[in-house]
Amino acid sequence: MPRTLLDKIWDAHVVAQEPGSPAILYIDLHLVHEVTSPQAFQTLRERGLKVRRPDKTLATVDHSIPTYDRSLPIRDALAAKQVAQLATNCQEFDVPLYSPETGRQGIVHVIGPELGRTQPGMTIVCGDSHTATHGAFGSLAFGIGTSEVGHVLATQCLLQHKPKNFEVRVDGQLRPGVGPKDIILALIGRLGIGGGTGHVFEYTGSAIRSLSMEGRMTVCNMSIEGGARAGLIAPDDTTFDYLAGRPFAPEGAAWDAAVAAWRRLPSDEGATFDRSVTLDASALEPMVTYGTNPGMAAPITGRVPDPAEVRDPAQRRALEKALAYMDLQPGRPLQGQPVDVVFIGSCTNGRLSDLRQAAEVLRGRAAAEAERLDVVFREAGCEWREPGCSMCIAMNGDQLEPGQYAVSTSNRNFEGRQGPGGRTFLASPLTAAAAAVTGVLTDVRSLM
Amino acid sequence: MEPFTPFVGRAVLLPAENVDTDQIIPARFLKTTDKAGLGANLFADWRYDAAGAPRPDFVLNRPESRGATLLLAGDNFGCGSSREHAPWALLGYGFRAVVSTSFADIFRNNALKNGLLPIVVDAATHERLFALAAAQPAAEYRVDLAAQTLALPDGTAIAFQIDPFARTCLLQGVDELGYLLGHVPAIEQYEAARS
Ligand code: SF4
Repeated sequence: MPRTLLDKIWDAHVVAQEPGSPAILYIDLHLVHEVTSPQAFQTLRERGLKVRRPDKTLATVDHSIPTYDRSLPIRDALAAKQVAQLATNCQEFDVPLYSPETGRQGIVHVIGPELGRTQPGMTIVCGDSHTATHGAFGSLAFGIGTSEVGHVLATQCLLQHKPKNFEVRVDGQLRPGVGPKDIILALIGRLGIGGGTGHVFEYTGSAIRSLSMEGRMTVCNMSIEGGARAGLIAPDDTTFDYLAGRPFAPEGAAWDAAVAAWRRLPSDEGATFDRSVTLDASALEPMVTYGTNPGMAAPITGRVPDPAEVRDPAQRRALEKALAYMDLQPGRPLQGQPVDVVFIGSCTNGRLSDLRQAAEVLRGRAAAEAERLDVVFREAGCEWREPGCSMCIAMNGDQLEPGQYAVSTSNRNFEGRQGPGGRTFLASPLTAAAAAVTGVLTDVRSLM
Repeated sequence: MEPFTPFVGRAVLLPAENVDTDQIIPARFLKTTDKAGLGANLFADWRYDAAGAPRPDFVLNRPESRGATLLLAGDNFGCGSSREHAPWALLGYGFRAVVSTSFADIFRNNALKNGLLPIVVDAATHERLFALAAAQPAAEYRVDLAAQTLALPDGTAIAFQIDPFARTCLLQGVDELGYLLGHVPAIEQYEAARS
């Protein structure tokens, strides 16, 4: 029977399944960070257990670590304790830790791929919902809770019910100024933030094929904002080119064997999905959110929607509440809305290619060079910070003041996400940079 | 984990949809390395003003909410992050079950692993429960996991579905880690076959 990419990865990782019970699923890579792991290590300690496969485990600090000068001590005592606790746990349980001193520290979903630890066909988990990012490589990657972090540390396995297959086909060619972030915001706007619940999105179609690995990661990253626990993109030459030569990628004959196996992963001809949706990339515009969840998104050329025009009472209430929090007037054009802060970063859009795009806008019309992007940002008046989650989650001191508006390339515009009372417009790096130049929500195409 | 036993309690009505984990427990409270103590900051940004004083209009601050064990919430409850701090905070406050039409996948898993029961009801039942809770804030409900019922004050029992494996674990108070550890020989075999 023809199988999907999800079916193939799933089948290859079922260790056992008893009738009436979930499958015992083997995990190939377990990513660990400081916020969702302390209580799991504590469970191991209480029960006298070891980490079963430290070689399949990798830890880093990203959420509560400050992004200011790393030679300075961490000012927040609780954050300092959490960071120190991870180091203690990693040492005690033999888990490799990418601390700042290693020069490899960064947001967990950025460094896994950078190091070549993320590979096609794998099962990957982390106590973090944006683990979905790694699905860009054709690996089944999803977020888990702290109890499950403990399960994987102790047994390298999880109890899981198989999710359903959901094909998201994106055909056509993106127009200038429109990118992967706009694809995913448009999709979530269409499906709603619970639209993918119980499913794994497999992104297919010519527009997805033509994305870079960074672009694919942006799309897969926000699968969770669409309610899906994971997103998948079948591996192809773009994937293999990205991985070749990375520190943990196989080499020589092992590389050839791996690529041959990876080429068998894509969904078979005739494989069926439980659900599907199609998007036309050529019709997309730069997107921006106006509300307090990622599904409240509109083209930048659009207007703030009017609750009076929403028929469903629950949805009308939700929109009214969101607009009250955002202090936005129904019917007003999105363009021109003043902005106080621009944040370019996060595991959604904090990669080199994102910075290059933003730098291109900041610099005027000159093309961004790979080197000294920090100078470009600093000369444009930006702050250039050390790696970490920073203003995506406002745990480390980087946060909005109450009432401030931010354009953010991160993934969540929930109330208070970027600091209590802060108001977030989610957008692409291009749109964020355009707002940084003009001080208001701006269609980047008018600057191109 | 303690076995999940039937309980009788009052409900708190939170009629918002898509209540996300950043509302349930804002990220700044995740710098703890414990599970305990999160209940005080459950729904912190709705519950307290900037100076930390309780907002009298928020439902958890109303006198009739004190001691409630059932949370009646809108659709897609618990969307957002994987933080298990969300069920820890709900349990810390004293809730033992949450009723909604749907739960985000990770939240539901996390809740079940901690003995917080996510009860899914259909839209019509949901509406009826909301109306009842709005009209009679002091009404008491009985939750029986073994029977898979939520009983209303008038005695009507609403049946709910739950994953049978999770139900067994909850009723017996066994945790999944114990189950997984019982399968170590199969895990060893799997590893041997793949290397
Ligand atoms: S950057 Fe934001 S979304 Fe990504 S892992 Fe960090 S906190 Fe989570």
